[in-house]
Amino acid sequence: MPQIFKRPTSLKDVQTHFCSGCHHGTIHRLVAEAMDEFGVQGRAIGIASVGCSVFLYSYFDIDVVEAPHGRAPAVATGVKRARPGSFVFTYQGDGDLAAIGTSEIIHAANRGEDITVIFVNNTTYGMTGGQMAPTTMVGQRTSTSPYGRMKEKDGAPLRMAELLAQLEGVSFSARVAVNSPRNLMDAKKQIKTAFRYQVEGKGFSFIEALSACPTNWGMKPLQANERVGTELCDYFRLGVYKNIMEL
Amino acid sequence: MTKRLFVKGNEAVAMAAIEAGCRYYFGYPITPQSDIPEYMSAELPRLGGEFIQAESEIAAVNMLLGASATGVRAMTSSSGPGISLKQEGISYMAGSELPGVIVDIARSGPGLGGIDASQADYFQAVKGGGHGGYHIIVLAPASVQEMYDLTMLAFDLADIYRMPAMILSDSVIGQMKEALIPNRRPEAELPSKEWAVRGKGEGDQRIVKSLYLGDGELEAHNWKLHNRYCELKEKECRWEAFRTEDADLLVTAFGSCARIAKTAIMLAREEGLKVGLLRPVTLFPFPAAAYEELTSRCKKILDIELNAGQMIEDVRLSVSPDTEVFFYGRPPGTGSLPTPEELLEQIRKHY
Ligand SMILES: Cc1ncc(C[n+]2csc(CCOP(=O)(O)OP(=O)(O)O)c2C)c(N)n1
Ligand code: SF4
Repeated sequence: MPQIFKRPTSLKDVQTHFCSGCHHGTIHRLVAEAMDEFGVQGRAIGIASVGCSVFLYSYFDIDVVEAPHGRAPAVATGVKRARPGSFVFTYQGDGDLAAIGTSEIIHAANRGEDITVIFVNNTTYGMTGGQMAPTTMVGQRTSTSPYGRMKEKDGAPLRMAELLAQLEGVSFSARVAVNSPRNLMDAKKQIKTAFRYQVEGKGFSFIEALSACPTNWGMKPLQANERVGTELCDYFRLGVYKNIMEL
Repeated sequence: MTKRLFVKGNEAVAMAAIEAGCRYYFGYPITPQSDIPEYMSAELPRLGGEFIQAESEIAAVNMLLGASATGVRAMTSSSGPGISLKQEGISYMAGSELPGVIVDIARSGPGLGGIDASQADYFQAVKGGGHGGYHIIVLAPASVQEMYDLTMLAFDLADIYRMPAMILSDSVIGQMKEALIPNRRPEAELPSKEWAVRGKGEGDQRIVKSLYLGDGELEAHNWKLHNRYCELKEKECRWEAFRTEDADLLVTAFGSCARIAKTAIMLAREEGLKVGLLRPVTLFPFPAAAYEELTSRCKKILDIELNAGQMIEDVRLSVSPDTEVFFYGRPPGTGSLPTPEELLEQIRKHY
């Protein structure tokens, strides 16, 4: 019987530490599938960030460098400039990329580094116990916004896919979600496009993936999944914000 | 005929890095080290390398981390406030066992301070300036020639011991022009970098990381690093002993301060005072044995620094018992650089 579904070669055959209902695992899988499809596993160098995805090397069967919190785009810059033939991607959470690492992401993007950034937006600091993130929704209660995020005091959630799309150096920027089969298929397609930019040496590509964190949202997995499709998708609109070559 | 050049200390660092095979430089402007990025920005593209003016010193040191992780020779440089920003990355590099060269053309502080010569960043450099209890190799040149030779050595030591190496200098040596013999890169037996991430190809995955969560893992990792520091102390201490054979008073100083001290010692010798200089070239590893040995005969040592007393702690820990240890130093700032006559006065006082 022909096999129609299998574990991507770029993923290891191990159990993940992610909570049930967490989307990190699904996003890992899509990234691994896309790597397999482009045949880049052997020359891939992943840059792990600090957050729930820090164990990138435990799940992906590729070379990995672990970056300090927020600095993955700078580390990726050093890696890619030193080894232009490699396939380099960062995998970062919203605290990592949109708070402590805003300087590094903006400038790597603006330089048009030939790398891909996978940005996982779960509107909270997952690893440290659900504190407020720069992407936390207005009104959302977290362990450091017990009365809900206040726009007047905390600012409004940052929309990174739109923000980065404005930079000249960015070739591709899209926001995706993996909460439904339809969104998942589309997410796969956009991740592949982002990778194609790098494989063809066409510059900086950015994927923002909305992601559920049931543990820190205080929700059941199904509820959390639903929140992504409703509340999050309402503010963080899915779509392609930049695609300079229409790849 | 040997070629002789007339260059600035900062230029000598950049030239030596290139001679040592460094083709990747990441930096951010700050006085008094900007000659280094300026030189690299002109030369590296011609050599097929990469120069990036980073958005900050934080980004620069992380670019260094990334480049070094692939196994190439790479460098960053800065001063005072910029070196403070690099400490996070230096700690990660130390934890991840990554080589890489960091040049600190120190300036006066704290805060924005000033741009005068300073040795007030001795603690920051040699005691592990970031978090976690680590060390890096620290070399202290006292001439333009040493800026050159020690930069090449820094690359070799960093590769051999898989840890960051720092050139700790200041504006006196960095901005001064002197004759330089541009020596060829010395032959060195260097380990191959199988640990480097280059894409796993058909082989096994390689990981460059500093996170160790398993029971006992981090402790074992730290013992491994600690043992490497012990090995460095055993094998790599370097120092200069100048007219110490018959000395009744030893003077000790490093870097630019040691030059002023040397002049003062020669003035003292003219007066018939038997004074010698012990100049540590490696600040980490600190040449403790040299102090112990020299002070087992000469029981008086005067430590002079361009700060209010930092290396003095290591001197006190290293001298043989019953040695009298004196200190003279002034915190850095415009007008605080001591003159040879001022130091001669101190020599007379403690002789
Ligand atoms: C300099 C520094 N500050 C703070 C931390 C603590 N810290 C670890 S992970 C994290 C945030 C993680 O959140 P996010 O990036 O959103 O990723 P997630 O865990 O949600 O996937 C923080 C603040 C750190 N490791 N380093
Ligand atoms: S804390 Fe949140 S982001 Fe982290 S693994 Fe659990 S669900 Fe995922």
